[in-house]
Order: sequence, then C-alpha cells, then structure tokens
Amino acid sequence: MEKQKAPQRNDGPAWRRSIKGRRVISIIITFALLIPIGIVFILPFIVMVSTALKPLNQVFAFPPRLIPETFQWQNFPDGWYGYGYVDFTTCTWNSLKITVNNIIGNLVSCTLAAYAFARLKARGKNFFFALVLATMLLPIEALVVPQYVLFNRLGWLNTHLPLMVPPWFGWPFFIFLLRQFFLTIPEELVDAAKIDGAGHARILMQIFIPLSKPALATLAIFAFIGNWNNFFGPLLYLREPSIQTLPVCLVQYQGAYGNTDWHLMMAVATITVIPVLLIFIFGQRYFVEGIATTGVKG
Amino acid sequence: MFRRFLRPISPSARREERIFYLFILPWVIGLVVFNAGPVLGMLGLSFTDWRISLDNLSFIGLENYAKLFDDPVFWVSVGNTLYIVVGRVVFGTAFALLLAILLNQKVPGIPFFRAVYYLPTVTAGVAVALVWIWIFNPRLGILNYFLKQIGIQGPPWIYSSTWVKPSLILMSLFQVGPNMIILLAGLQGVPKELYESAEIDGAGNWAKFRNVTLPMLSPVLFFVIIISVVGSFQNFTEIRVMTQGGPGESSNVLIWYLWENSFVFLQLGVAAAVAWIMFVILMALTGLQFRLGRRWVFYEV
Repeated sequence: MEKQKAPQRNDGPAWRRSIKGRRVISIIITFALLIPIGIVFILPFIVMVSTALKPLNQVFAFPPRLIPETFQWQNFPDGWYGYGYVDFTTCTWNSLKITVNNIIGNLVSCTLAAYAFARLKARGKNFFFALVLATMLLPIEALVVPQYVLFNRLGWLNTHLPLMVPPWFGWPFFIFLLRQFFLTIPEELVDAAKIDGAGHARILMQIFIPLSKPALATLAIFAFIGNWNNFFGPLLYLREPSIQTLPVCLVQYQGAYGNTDWHLMMAVATITVIPVLLIFIFGQRYFVEGIATTGVKG
Repeated sequence: MFRRFLRPISPSARREERIFYLFILPWVIGLVVFNAGPVLGMLGLSFTDWRISLDNLSFIGLENYAKLFDDPVFWVSVGNTLYIVVGRVVFGTAFALLLAILLNQKVPGIPFFRAVYYLPTVTAGVAVALVWIWIFNPRLGILNYFLKQIGIQGPPWIYSSTWVKPSLILMSLFQVGPNMIILLAGLQGVPKELYESAEIDGAGNWAKFRNVTLPMLSPVLFFVIIISVVGSFQNFTEIRVMTQGGPGESSNVLIWYLWENSFVFLQLGVAAAVAWIMFVILMALTGLQFRLGRRWVFYEV
C-alpha cells in the first residue's frame, strides 16, 4: 500500500497522524494475517506426517496430538511393503516412466508448435492459433467417454499407451505458454542467424531452446506435477495392478469397511508427496513466473 | 479468409509456410484424433442406444437426452455442481484476492509466504484428499478438535448431506494458488499513477480499492472466475476418494454422474449425452472469456 504518500491527517491518535506509525500498523496487520493463514496451509501436511509417524493406537487417540509421543519410523517400510496385493515399488516405476515420457513428449511437441506460432509466417496461422486458445481451457474430463471408446477400439486399454501417447501431440496450455516466451526473444538474433544461413531447425535448437530454459523448466515442472498427481486417467485406463500408477495404488489402501490402517496409508502418502515437494521447492521461481506470465492454471 | 490461399506468394514464403505446418502437425493430429474426432463421435453416440458394445447400435434420436432430463439424479447433480461452482467462485475468488493483496504488501518474507500458500495446490491429489478425510473426521479429526477448543460443536462435515458441499468448498480454498498468483500479477500491473492521483483527490484505502484496484483488476478477476468455474467441473479426485458422491446423492456432481453412468451403470449413450452437455457448457465459458475478457493475458515475463 502506498501509505507513505497518503495525505497526513490531523485527527486521531498519535500513530495515525504519523506516517511511520501507520506504516508500522500496516506491517503488523499484514503479518497478523500472513502467519496464521500460512500455518493453516501447512496443517494438512503436518497432520499427514504426524499420522505417518504414530502407532495405530495413537492415531485414534483424542485429543489428537500434532507431534507424536513416539516416532514410529517403521510405518514407512511397513506401509510400503505391507499391503498384500499392492506393490508400491512397481507403481512408483510406472508413475515415473509415464511422467518422464510425458514431460519429454510435451517439451518436444509443444516447442515445435510454439516456435511455429511465435516466429513463422503462414496463411491460416490465426485460425490455428484460435484453436489453441479455444481448447486451452477444456478439461480432459469433458472428453473422457469418447476417448475411452477410441482407446478401446485401438486396443490400448490396460496398457500405458492412452497415458503416454497423447502428450507427444502437444498440449494447448504449454504451446501458449512457450509461444508467449518465444515472442520475447529479440528479432535481431533470428535475423543474424538467418544471415549466417541457419535454417529454422538450427535457429530453434541453437537460439530459442538455450534462451528459453526458464520457460522450458516451467513447462517441465507443470508436466511433472500434473502427471505425477494424475488420478483420473490411470483409474480409467488401467485395470491390472501391475501397471497401476502411484495415486491409484494409494487409494486402494482405503479399507472397504472403514478399517483403514491410517498410519501406514499416511506413511505411503507422505512418500508419494515428497517428489512433488522437492520439485516445487527447487523450481518455485520458475513455477510462479510461469503462472503469472500466462494466467494459466497449473 | 480462404481467398488468401489463392494469392500467389514467393517461394521462400511458401517454404516458411510448409515448415509452419510441419511444426504444428503433431498438435493438429492430436487435436483431430484425440479431441475433435471423439467429440463428434460422442455427439453421434449420444443419439444411439449404446450400452457396452459398439455393434448393432440403433438410432434413438433424442431419447438419451429425454431419459437424462427425466432422471431426478441428473438434476440433483446439476444442482450440486452449481452449488459448488458458486461456492468456489464466490469464496475462492474473494480468498485468492485477499491472499494476493497480502502478498502485494511491502513486507519482508513475501517469497516464503507465496511458496507456502501455493504448496497445497501442487500437492493436490489422492494423498492430500486422504488427509482431508482424516481432518474432516467428526469425532477424531483435527478440525472439530480446534472448533471444540473455541467452544463450537463441529458439524459432521463430509459425513452429512448438508455439510458435504461446504466441506468440499472449504477444502478447495487451499487450492487457490494459481488464482492468487494471477491476481497478484494483476495487482502489480495496476499503474502506480492511478493510486497517486486518487490520493491527491483524498481517497482512503477503501476508496482506492473500490475505485482503482477493482476496476483495473476486473479483466483478471473475470479470467479467474472463468477458470474457477472450469476447475469446479474437475473435482473428480476429491469426490472419488472422499465421498463417492455421497452421503446419498448430496455430493454427486456432473463429473461423478458422468463417471457412474459410463463406467458403473454402463449407460454409455446417456453418459455421452452428459459429456456433450458438459462440453457445450465449457466451450460456452471459453467463448464468454474471449468475448468479454480481452485483456486476460500478462505479457510480462
């Protein structure tokens, strides 16, 4: 707030009359809101980790304790290996394989399209770009029934193909995001390269990609989080336990009759969240910039 | 527009055009094969008696739509979706705006708080939905424990048909990260001179917010509202993990109704009709966004 520049008032108590006093009050109010909201936002994680560290009898203790009396680290291996027909190691590999494939697929296909939309002249370009914008907000959920039919026809059900093939065919969000970034690369660099006889493939590889590392990192982070957390697709297309991904494996921990081993389930839940947390913490700068740049939901 | 294709162009321009189409080809193929084709197929199938197999389909006209509109559960799910959409738009946008204003203050530690507020958004998924079941537990959960500390007898949250929707809206407030960042960028884009001239006119904080911030922010707010509405259609994970549409049908939203009809009841013709209705609503929202909210993109990197 621009409180310093506000006209001085001649009424009210001393702190209201002085510019410094009002600034201090505004800082106090800001922190009085920032800190409690921050604590509330962290609370679900604290509940998750603390439940993961409790023995079962303490999970159901009342009043609930945020810091367990004893730390039962054994919950982590017990949760990971202890649930009869769910093999979390295999699920993790499946999740990792799909996620890495999809990041690479998205990066390749979206870079090409974004370069075309940002830097190439062609008749019909506006029409196709309008299509990018039109499909940008469309959630996959609206298309799930017909896509299911398509993948069924192709014989792809119960394989990873319905999850791993479409990312190689672009994603409107990412095309738009990268195009916005590519537009900021100075024209003179491209002209200079053209004079040196570089074709578009070389300009893309040697100028655009090296200069766009922050944007590509943003995109990779978005793609990682989206694919790692994806629940709808795997639930729909994968039946065999041996090809399941982590979120679907995790949800099987819920006991059918309410007798869930909460401490073990939370231990595994904690493990599945760790990669996302690490990516978020290390990529935070890119992440926030990326959203602000495009106004696109991550 | 197509007349331009008939006009002669130079060979180098033609080559550039070919490269353009080559580069966008993967996306165009994806659009046709994975989006446009299925959407049109879905429209067609919504007029058939499709149940499991695609063989021996017969055309039944608008019967699926009639069946849909006759199904009281469909209207319940429309009502529930609307309830959640309105709740998320009103509370979610107001809360995101509050957070954005807080993060726009000149105090130390803002990047830290920004990260903390964004965190629940990136971790949204099955793991966190499971934690929320536990948080919402009426007897042993932490939420009702805190309420008890301040003398409030907490409601049964997701276990009651009156409280399940407010519970889901409350939970969604933890995922306002993107809206918060978009609004923050919007706030930072308001020209400083406007505040200065308002101050010269003697405007207080509220008057500045009301007469400068809100009007300047309106395109961004509009965009945030649209993506909140679209996002409200995508809450499948929470519904599947936490409530399965219950208790009763009280959290049966359109996406759950679609899921049950397609993959539980195998009423695929009906499901295709629901999907088509959802698709039309979402495309209409996108269209509205482009018609009314021209200035919704931030070009600063």
